[in-house]
Amino acid sequence: MTLTQRYRFIYKPLVFTACLLPLAWLACGAFGWLGVSLGADPVKELEHEAGKTALNLLLLTLAVTPVRELTGLSQLVRLRRMLGLFAFFYVVLHFAIYLVLDLELNFATLGGDIAKRPYITIGFTALLLLIPLAITSTNGMMRRLGRRWQQLHRLVYLIAILGVWHFYWQVKRDIREPLIYVGILALLLGYRVVRAWRRRRAAAALQRGAAAPTAAITSRSGSATAPERT
Amino acid sequence: MRFRVPRIAPSEITPQEVYLSRRALLAGALATGASAVLPAAEPSPQGAPLNFTVNSQYSVKETPNKFEEITTYNNFYEFGTDKDSPSHEAHTLRTRPWSVNVYGEAEVHGTFDLEDLLKGQALEERIYRFRCVEAWSMVVPWVGIPLSNLLQRFKPTSRAKYVEFTTLYDPRQMPGQRVPVLTWPYVEGLRIDEAMHPLTLMVVGLYGRVLPNQDGAPLRLIVPWKYGFKGIKSIVKIGFTAVQPRTAWNVAAPDEYGFYANVNPQVDHPRWSQASERRIGAPFLAARRPTLPFNGYADQVASLYQGMDLRRYF
Repeated sequence: MTLTQRYRFIYKPLVFTACLLPLAWLACGAFGWLGVSLGADPVKELEHEAGKTALNLLLLTLAVTPVRELTGLSQLVRLRRMLGLFAFFYVVLHFAIYLVLDLELNFATLGGDIAKRPYITIGFTALLLLIPLAITSTNGMMRRLGRRWQQLHRLVYLIAILGVWHFYWQVKRDIREPLIYVGILALLLGYRVVRAWRRRRAAAALQRGAAAPTAAITSRSGSATAPERT
Repeated sequence: MRFRVPRIAPSEITPQEVYLSRRALLAGALATGASAVLPAAEPSPQGAPLNFTVNSQYSVKETPNKFEEITTYNNFYEFGTDKDSPSHEAHTLRTRPWSVNVYGEAEVHGTFDLEDLLKGQALEERIYRFRCVEAWSMVVPWVGIPLSNLLQRFKPTSRAKYVEFTTLYDPRQMPGQRVPVLTWPYVEGLRIDEAMHPLTLMVVGLYGRVLPNQDGAPLRLIVPWKYGFKGIKSIVKIGFTAVQPRTAWNVAAPDEYGFYANVNPQVDHPRWSQASERRIGAPFLAARRPTLPFNGYADQVASLYQGMDLRRYF
């Protein structure tokens, strides 16, 4: 079996199934199947669990690149789109539960919440920003957008920050759990900052190396190749 | 489409054998050790039936929430911050013997055994609306005595402008107190006229039986026109003060939780609306209802706040 076949017939179906497990659990809780109970306030539980699953998947999506680079398992990128789309799915589910089961389709309250409550404003913003990413997730769109695809999909960093902030902000007093999310997000984004900084330094060194012979000759003429770090 | 919460017998929530056996162990330890200084532990009276009369004049006509709902959905941070934590963790609380210290601007001071405090007091059942600051609500059949009946025994002086209540502080019994989510011990307070109002109840029971630990046993406050956090649980101190008590949630987040905390649909919490609430246990898509001023008790209590700017004194 080739690697591509293994991804298509084993790994992807496995990840797909795993991503559906939280949905299955929520459905069992909602309908009382298999003895799953969501406690005295099932609406809040459904709302919170869908939201947390979305955040978990968003962070998993962001973990793909660091894990690939640190382990050399570069094929993992094949799973990233599925994780990202499932994150979007659970964000939409989270919003639907909030609108239908929590607000009971009271659109006036929805408007007031989005306008007046900062944590809902930023959560809703994150949801809106995910829409173009989901729409442009196809191979066709990737080809069509070319370089701009990557630029567009860097929005996911902002979305993740908004999502974690949204969680942090709605907690009443006990911030321990949202702080774990803040920590993981900081690691994932910090990894990229360090990597970008290293790359820039390496590029500068390379440039310096390449420019050195001429720099020796033209060193009097300017500071264009002046070393920033030695 | 309707959620079903499985019926749980009260004995299943906190198996009595568990704490009875713990109590036996403890009693043994006390007998061999510090029995001279510490009073012997008594069996938990949790769930024992109470003698009371029904006060229908002060009861709402709405259907009360199920016992399971009232005893598994609790904000009692002394036993963890999840709603179901207190129902799992509160069995460590020893509610007998229990004493209450009375201090401050009153003629009678001292430490009183709870049994003595309640002796001769007629228990009443009152079905009250309960509105949490988190915008959910329940209807609860409490059993207790009007707080004024209790406070009058201590003969408060004219300098007593407020009443201050304090929860037990003992991280061994209340493991949530090891986490600094609030400043422990929990403190709450009322203006003296609020405390003396006939609706203000000192609660010792629920559904006709001794109050379960997770609901604030053995002694808790219920002020039905205020947000639930004013209803301090497991009270060990009652003080009469000239100055406004520094209450736990108000100290933790003064812009979010006021001293008065009267239920008010017109004054939103900074992070969520208070205009409506969801009734716990109500069917899907029929749980949200408008929040009433003073939680529906405006006729009885609005006069207490005449001339006050309720946006400022929220």
